[in-house]
Amino acid sequence: MIPLGHYLIVSAMLFAIGTAGVFLRRNLITILLSIEIMLNAVNLSFVAFGRQFGSVDGQIIVFFVMTVAAAEAAVGLAIVIALFRHRESLNPDAFTSLKW
Amino acid sequence: MDGWLGVIIMIALGVGFAAVMIGLSLLLGPHNPTPEKLAPYECGMPAVGSARERHSVKFYLVAMIFLLFDIEVAFLYPWAVALRDLGWAGFVQLVTFFLILSVGYVYVWRKGVLDWGPAARAGRHAARRAA
Amino acid sequence: MFSSGIDAVVPMLCVTLAALAVMGAEAFRARGEQLPLGGLGVVGLVGAAISAVLLWNRNAVSFGVVVADNFGLFVTLVLLLVALLTIMFSSTVVRRDGLPAGEYYALVLFATAGMIMMATANDLLVVFIALEILSIAVYVLTGIRRDDSRAIEAAFKYFLLGAFSSAFFLYGIAFTYGLAGSTRLDRVGTYMAAQSMSGNPLILVALGLLLVGFAFKISAVPFHMWTPDAYEGAPAVVTGFMSTGVKAAAFAAFARVFLSVFEPFSGEWAPLVWLLAAATMILGTVVGVAQSNLKRMLAYSSIAHGGYLLVGLVAANQVGKAAILFYLLAYAVTNLAAFGVIALLGTREAANDELRDYAGLWHTRPALAALMTVCLLSLGGLPPTAGFIGKWYIFSAAVSAGYYGLAVIGVLTSVVSVFFYLRVVVMMYMTDRPAAIAPPPVSAVAMAALVASIAAIIALGILPTPVLDFAAQSIATIF
Repeated sequence: MIPLGHYLIVSAMLFAIGTAGVFLRRNLITILLSIEIMLNAVNLSFVAFGRQFGSVDGQIIVFFVMTVAAAEAAVGLAIVIALFRHRESLNPDAFTSLKW
Repeated sequence: MDGWLGVIIMIALGVGFAAVMIGLSLLLGPHNPTPEKLAPYECGMPAVGSARERHSVKFYLVAMIFLLFDIEVAFLYPWAVALRDLGWAGFVQLVTFFLILSVGYVYVWRKGVLDWGPAARAGRHAARRAA
Repeated sequence: MFSSGIDAVVPMLCVTLAALAVMGAEAFRARGEQLPLGGLGVVGLVGAAISAVLLWNRNAVSFGVVVADNFGLFVTLVLLLVALLTIMFSSTVVRRDGLPAGEYYALVLFATAGMIMMATANDLLVVFIALEILSIAVYVLTGIRRDDSRAIEAAFKYFLLGAFSSAFFLYGIAFTYGLAGSTRLDRVGTYMAAQSMSGNPLILVALGLLLVGFAFKISAVPFHMWTPDAYEGAPAVVTGFMSTGVKAAAFAAFARVFLSVFEPFSGEWAPLVWLLAAATMILGTVVGVAQSNLKRMLAYSSIAHGGYLLVGLVAANQVGKAAILFYLLAYAVTNLAAFGVIALLGTREAANDELRDYAGLWHTRPALAALMTVCLLSLGGLPPTAGFIGKWYIFSAAVSAGYYGLAVIGVLTSVVSVFFYLRVVVMMYMTDRPAAIAPPPVSAVAMAALVASIAAIIALGILPTPVLDFAAQSIATIF
């Protein structure tokens, strides 16, 4: 049996990768993917903790998080499409009509 | 051994049914092969070509809506597992959840997101003008 | 498990049903047909308000995860007021800007339902879901003018940082769950009370992540980067809605989680919130002075007001807790009315939200100029307005809790902020109208909403005692 700490370390690494992606990548779609990685890193933590407690609560929470993430991704992609129609670019550095 | 009998019947029935169906369609169906029909995916689009061409934005719209409704179905699985424990209260809650979802579905449908292709849209516009 | 009634969710349910009805009506609306969708929303809001009043003092609990205690109900009523005023201002704007009415009102109502859920949630997971319900609706509302590239850009920036901060918040919930074995606030509270001496580092990690998540949502410095852009790019009514409603809901959940569950660890988080509050007040005010766009200026001002609310949270004595609720109400009404005036002065082609557009407003629209003046004085904290009383109680709470430094920073930044609010007032009265910019006519409904909010601001400023007692009673139920 893999101890809880290992899961948590993987989860923390994934979360860090996602966070770094949001800051470093210069493509809107990749940034959205990075946010999804962060959410899924958290999901891993939930499942690992749930298993530790021997309860299904952790997995049920993951269901909710996945649903919310899907809704968020749909809205995010819609906004990206609307933005692309205005700017013809997916580089966040191009979006400066408001002072960032 | 008795326990396996059902399994064997099940396999036999499954294989048999599939074989009969394929055989019947080979025997009875009209044969009129065209290159499009022989393509691995008969979906109305050329299956091979540059992947960098532009797609209609409708694809994204439908994909997004599919994503939403698809993921909501995930709630059916845990409910199905705990069906008897949750009882009628759980049933009512789940039905409420899907009623709310169906309002969203009706909205999407009435807004014409699911109308595919220019013909359907033109038809709708004509109907509106006539009305 | 499901034996408990659904009483506690009834206010939320009313708003949700109204939103669904609006969506359904929009779906079956004939092309070009005008429907009273805003009125439908108002019906739902009034129903929710009535049920919230009926639930008062009953401490109803639904499913163990939603509690309609007096604290939650007070915030619920504030949120319903915010939504009501927003819809009243919107009727003019939706028609003028050609916004999709069905989508607009449905999203406002869904966001309101999410806010109410957040204010009454008794489970961290429910807080998260409520946060997402309201956030997703508000992201779309921000970008509802699809022809306006600035609005879309604002929506994207808001979305990006909102989703980013949600991930932090969720990670905090994960650690809390991992420690306490539950996301229910009462159980987490029991666990935390037992652990107050253990010094488990994971508790601090959970605390820190939750703090970051909340700080993003209430736009505390240094997590405020999205606020000015989102507030400037969004339509003015939407900015009014999100700068008051989202902040009130997020603050309610923040207060509930930190003042009840993490109370045993206040020694750990109070210094952090102290820093956040100080930085938020200072940056919001100092950068606000330099703005030439009124919406952006008010965005920084609303950041600063978040800082004052944080002062109440740090002070966290009896006065401070009641002051938070009173301040939320005063700020909500004032800020909403100010953005309402901005919204009503815009046209479809031009937002007219630069400071110079307000030059000589007194000569062309005296009523709007006078109403705006009251709002700005209240935001600046001058008597006899609600803003003055709110700040007075917040700062006196800080002093009585021994946080002299925060009180001094608060008073100083208030004085500086009066300068930039008065600059607008001077512009409106002392300068001449440069060109013949004819402001559009204002509908009776929007004017009624404005006058009502101004009356409320002054009434709260002159006779605050009943509302303060009310706030003190309601917050006493949980902390």
